[in-house]
Amino acid sequence: MVQLNLPKNSTVIKGKYFKDKTGSKNLKKVNVYRWDPSSGGNPRIDTYEVDMDNCPSKVLDVLNKIKNEIDPTLAYRRSCAHGVCGSCAMNMGGKNGLACTTPHSEIDGDIDIYPLPHLKVKKDLIGDLDGLYKQYKSIEPWLKSNSKSETKEIIQSKEDREKLDGAYECIMCACCSTSCPSYWWNGDKYLGPAVLLQAYRWIIDSRDSEREARLKKVADELKLYRCHTILNCTSACPKGLNPAKAIAEIKKMLATSNL
Amino acid sequence: MSSYKIIDHEYDVVVLGAGGSGLRAAVGLSEAGLQTACISKVFPTRSHTSAAQGGISAALGNMGEDDWRWHMYDTVKGADWLGDQDSIEYLCKEAPKAVIELEKYGVPFSRTEDGKIYQRPFGGMTKNYGNGIVQRTCAAADRTGHAILHTLYGQALKHKTEFFIEYFALDLLMKDGECKGLIAWNLNDGTIHRFRSHAVIIATGGYGKVYYSATSAHTCTGDGNAMVLRAGLPLQDMEFVQFHPTGIYGHGTLISEGVRGEGGYLVNSKGERFMERYAPKAKDLASRDVVSRSMSIEINEGRGVGKDGDHVHLHLSHLDKEVIDSRLPGITEAARLFANVDVTKEPIPVVPTVHYNMGGIPTNYKAEVLTVNGSEKTVPGLMAIGEAACVSVHGANRLGSNSLIDLVVFGRAAAKRAAELIKPGMPHEEISETETQKCLDRFDNLRNANGENSTAELRLSMQKTMQSKCAVFRTEKNLKEGVEQIRKTYDDMSSISVKDKSLIFNTDLVETLEFDNLIRQAVTTVDSAYHRKESRGAHAREDYPKRDDDKFMQHTLAWCDGKETKISYRDVHKSTLTNDVQYFPPQERIY
Repeated sequence: MVQLNLPKNSTVIKGKYFKDKTGSKNLKKVNVYRWDPSSGGNPRIDTYEVDMDNCPSKVLDVLNKIKNEIDPTLAYRRSCAHGVCGSCAMNMGGKNGLACTTPHSEIDGDIDIYPLPHLKVKKDLIGDLDGLYKQYKSIEPWLKSNSKSETKEIIQSKEDREKLDGAYECIMCACCSTSCPSYWWNGDKYLGPAVLLQAYRWIIDSRDSEREARLKKVADELKLYRCHTILNCTSACPKGLNPAKAIAEIKKMLATSNL
Repeated sequence: MSSYKIIDHEYDVVVLGAGGSGLRAAVGLSEAGLQTACISKVFPTRSHTSAAQGGISAALGNMGEDDWRWHMYDTVKGADWLGDQDSIEYLCKEAPKAVIELEKYGVPFSRTEDGKIYQRPFGGMTKNYGNGIVQRTCAAADRTGHAILHTLYGQALKHKTEFFIEYFALDLLMKDGECKGLIAWNLNDGTIHRFRSHAVIIATGGYGKVYYSATSAHTCTGDGNAMVLRAGLPLQDMEFVQFHPTGIYGHGTLISEGVRGEGGYLVNSKGERFMERYAPKAKDLASRDVVSRSMSIEINEGRGVGKDGDHVHLHLSHLDKEVIDSRLPGITEAARLFANVDVTKEPIPVVPTVHYNMGGIPTNYKAEVLTVNGSEKTVPGLMAIGEAACVSVHGANRLGSNSLIDLVVFGRAAAKRAAELIKPGMPHEEISETETQKCLDRFDNLRNANGENSTAELRLSMQKTMQSKCAVFRTEKNLKEGVEQIRKTYDDMSSISVKDKSLIFNTDLVETLEFDNLIRQAVTTVDSAYHRKESRGAHAREDYPKRDDDKFMQHTLAWCDGKETKISYRDVHKSTLTNDVQYFPPQERIY
């Protein structure tokens, strides 16, 4: 029988232990994935004892506390800190989410923090999203319209505009795509829920004149039909969007059209 | 001497920053056939434009009569007459075209019954020169910035703009007072890159993070502003820091003025709608400086809410649920996440929170950077746009929704001007290695800093100083203490420590470089505030409560070399751009 082993340097080893220095009675252990590409070493899990009495409510606050007070070498992305920029997507307590909107109180026991699953890691909690961004570009995320007027907007009814609700709000944090087993296996070919939701956003925009071409472009065994309605995407979305439904709608449009 | 391998690039134009203004400029430059590099420390859609909620102003007249001249008057008055009226004319006249262009790009604006762009009322926006409220602020629900940013990124992809993403810019390359490019550090692989270009357009946004409590993102560190200071050029009107009336108490998250635009209002501990006393006509929709001051007075006089009486309530539970669901879904979510409040049932606890920098890099209405050398002069090769720039259209106080329109109007203007000045493929001049070396020495010194003070401690000390000494209300005593304290923090930087010595995604070093940028802006801000002995717009001096047009109808210019500053002034432009509108002479500012 074939024996499959991980390459040696990918084994996650036990890392440093940072003992509390504040004397707090309310400590929580925070286990964080660390990997420094410049060191050549294995990834490791560092453990920090964090004083929860003086820590605001979100996981990002825990990370900022670690970086500011315990270990400035910890690397993660963050920007807006209120759930609109999508920078701080990561895996916390086994679930993908935004660190800035995820309350640490929702995680029982130790807090385990990892990068988004199945991405190449650039450093510590920073995942490589270049592939996803390329796929985003491939769906041509811009309006294609024949309207020529420079002084008047394209008229769109309230009802048509409403169709974009639930699609245009996507912040491209990649929580959905990196929670999708299909995307884990075929991430190079399957567009994944994040990008398909974006594709859907342009397909259903009443102002766009290339609807059919857009549909044809995604109507592909791998790009679209690798979705097996597992629905992890929808439960992972920190903005409460429903990428699975958007994908189903695309499939339905294809099934009922003569493309 | 530090030695790093340098990777060279040549472009016609380099845009630094990929928020709303940077992307709009990049699109225009690519359209004009100029080889354009757009450099950003974050992926474009992570830029802080994404956080803009309420909308983008333009006198489209979709919801009743409107005129760009009325918009201009409101902006001049909102700015407390510190804005340059030639630039304001340009902004307001170009605004409708710019919004229509965004709609054609694909921005999913909310709609009126007849399918046009929906517009909502906003603070300080009036009809017929201050006579009644007008609906001028074009909105995509309460996620207008997000919608615009993502759409502009799509346009940049369409026009094949070359992006350098997660590159941290270090310094400008200057030669004989002209800008020839810049140096940046690629966080992805740790390499150093030198970009030579005929123009650098700085679009790096504001520097809200000099304060402890701000609606600004962690990344709002005004890197471009600091690069300009290090290049020996001045920043303008840095004392004018906007406190947004409604940041969530304790967290600082922005709650859009759109809430008040849709009918929400502020209430003190007595259940009183106190804005009626301070601004009888505009009430809760007076301009932001007025509302923030009124709230601070209520709190200071003991009429705040909460156990410490240190904030007020924003009510919107009386609004139609349909209105809340369709037009304010984002703030509904924010209130739930960060204040644990169900807006359909309870008020949101709010407090004035640092939000926007009216000050920045001085420019004319073509986005060319200005300095003063005897008289006003442009700096060849250097442009600035967006919150980083001080055009100045916002003067002493920006009106809500005038920021997003500023981004696109001047982003477009910068591209147009660059296309006039630069022909594709023009040859580049040689630049001496000393400039590069100077920049790399600073980088290397900070990277190898082994002192006792952590960056986080120093940043906190700066933020606390600014928060307590340079806030909504200011006094001579407070500001003087601020001037001294901020220098202490600056001095402590000589023993800063950077623990991570690596070059790939070294966020310890990024934060240290950002702190080095912030502290210079903190120094210029508090110094500029100290020297302006009058009250105007967002700069409220308790010891000089009146506006003093004789002495201070002038822009502050502040040079800063380390902790040494030089303060000087230049006249506010007192004429319009064309004869389409008359100059609005200073009046008393009542809402």
